[in-house]
Amino acid sequence: MSAPRLSVSNLEVSTDTGIHLVDGLSFELRAGEILGLVGESGSGKTMACRALMRLLPGARLAITGGAVRLDGRDLVRLPEREMCAVRGREIGMIFQNPASHIDPIMRIGNQIAEAIRLHEGASRREARRAAVEALRRVGIPDPESRSRSHAHEFSGGMRQRAMIALALACRPSVLIADEPTTALDVTVQAQVLRLLMHLRDTEGVSILLVTHDLGVVAQTCDSVAVMYAGRLCEKASTRALLEKPLHHYAAGLIRCQPLSEGVGPLDTIAGQPPALDALPPGCRFEPRCPGASALCHEHLPELHDHRAGRGVACHHPLDGSAVERPS
Amino acid sequence: MSEPLVELDELSVHFRVAGGNGSLFGSRLLPAVSGVSLNIGAGERVGLVGESGSGKSTLGQAMLGLVKASGGRVRIDGLEVTSGERETLARLRRQTAMIFQDPYGSLNPVQRVGDALDEVLRVQRRLPSAERAERVRSLLEQVGLPASFARRRPRELSGGQCQRVGIARALAVEPRLIVADECVAALDVSIQGQIINLLLSLSESTGVTLLFIAHDLAVVRRLCERVAILYLGRIVEEGPVADVFDAPRHPYTQALIGAIPRITPDGSLAHAVVSGEPPSPLALPVGCAFHPRCPHAATRCRQAPEPELREDGARRWRCILPPGALAPGGSTVPIELDGRGARAPT
Repeated sequence: MSAPRLSVSNLEVSTDTGIHLVDGLSFELRAGEILGLVGESGSGKTMACRALMRLLPGARLAITGGAVRLDGRDLVRLPEREMCAVRGREIGMIFQNPASHIDPIMRIGNQIAEAIRLHEGASRREARRAAVEALRRVGIPDPESRSRSHAHEFSGGMRQRAMIALALACRPSVLIADEPTTALDVTVQAQVLRLLMHLRDTEGVSILLVTHDLGVVAQTCDSVAVMYAGRLCEKASTRALLEKPLHHYAAGLIRCQPLSEGVGPLDTIAGQPPALDALPPGCRFEPRCPGASALCHEHLPELHDHRAGRGVACHHPLDGSAVERPS
Repeated sequence: MSEPLVELDELSVHFRVAGGNGSLFGSRLLPAVSGVSLNIGAGERVGLVGESGSGKSTLGQAMLGLVKASGGRVRIDGLEVTSGERETLARLRRQTAMIFQDPYGSLNPVQRVGDALDEVLRVQRRLPSAERAERVRSLLEQVGLPASFARRRPRELSGGQCQRVGIARALAVEPRLIVADECVAALDVSIQGQIINLLLSLSESTGVTLLFIAHDLAVVRRLCERVAILYLGRIVEEGPVADVFDAPRHPYTQALIGAIPRITPDGSLAHAVVSGEPPSPLALPVGCAFHPRCPHAATRCRQAPEPELREDGARRWRCILPPGALAPGGSTVPIELDGRGARAPT
């Protein structure tokens, strides 16, 4: 396997009151890989990817530990000036709601051209041409004339394509996609996912796909990291996780999916995620976990390397293997 | 089916929107719901499925007299909803309730949960004031919340708990019909199942009739007995849930079923979905409204008139294809990167 392109180790994001929104997150994103970061609302997945870009919303949030390495540099310690050059040029980002991340009164083509001029010092004319090319790459029909449109003239799916074009205009090697299909209708969602896979295949972009939807992961991701209450609970290849989850939360999440085959009452995970300012003393999933013991109540499990690149943070993983006890 | 509780007869709802004639002051009609006929039996659970802009929420609101119908009739338990008479609507309010998508937005943020429920009982004047507190307790219990929650405010609750309060408030009316509009769409998947199961058990224990509006067919299959699928304001298919899933008769239904993600290790995007996006309801295609996205579209589909709603036993569908022509999983329709179906600049 190739060397990781983006490597995150022990990332910690906290509020000024000392609440950890992201607690010890570690993962690696390899060249041409699509990694799914899965979690429910409040699990810290969006905070984590905002932290990677150093775009934390609000002055009360800060990265309080860990490192984010991109090509050997630690982005956490980069001066803001240099970080500006990383955003858009080396890491691109797309969001759930394209309408609120595209300037409504600026023509789409001009917005893309602006980014290209800023990052690459291209001339107006070159930038315009590159912008049209960027729209063509994401499958927007008649890109020449559509580049003169405004965001409101695009449908939801087209707007998401335009945002992908904007994020990839300077050909960054990493794309962070935060719930890119959640606001789209199901029949359009598949089209956007397919576009992301196409861009990975043809241009080798590495994609961190943040989603709450395991169905999206099953269809697109090579590997997956599952978050719960700010911490990683399992990391594995998509196939391994879906075939045989090791963490009880991951297993529960898979069981809750309303599949087309099933009828009758749905499986659920009893209870609800803990509030981040009132976390249980031990494992954060312990109050809802069917396999919890006294050990889980007292000790927070660390993420242990299991085998074949898998990691699980559980005292009693589902394959029955004993995991080293915390010292 | 038992005696229908709800009868929709050629219901249409049109909105007047700005634009048209190239004039600043012009307006045109947006057909949100067009000629929908649907009966719902007492105690039945019916799913109403469609994408955004299909008119499913408008239909639910028109049914309860919350938006004015432009044509057709709605009767609920013999009451002529579309008559718009105050007295009729007042009586209707005592028999119907609605659950909304946004669990926080649909509750008053400064009102305690118990007061929100008590207010409904007070306005309805069903119970002497001495019995209301007890009723609030039993309502909370019915939706699986401890009685102590009566003193909490919405911000002290999680999304799932708020939605349970929303359901308790709907039950407070002792309604014969509940319209639930995307009531699990904003919830996490592990919580979503809890709410679906709650609605299922309430419908079985109280016999309340349920119209469940959703964009997610998989959830509808778990909860409902019958499903109606809307596309651009028209019913394109309707029938018993199991039959529709096993053998869809409209290519759009087939596409929606194909779009349900399969959580299998080799779940690929091969179960391809239709191309493009729904056209604007302001510029409906001639003929079958689905033809620009339909992999089976023939010349007839591109010409007026639009296909009739065909009927066979408990099933209805609006497509010229013979029954049995479509496989449930969806034939593989390649999604090209040409992005057909984009809206033209206006």
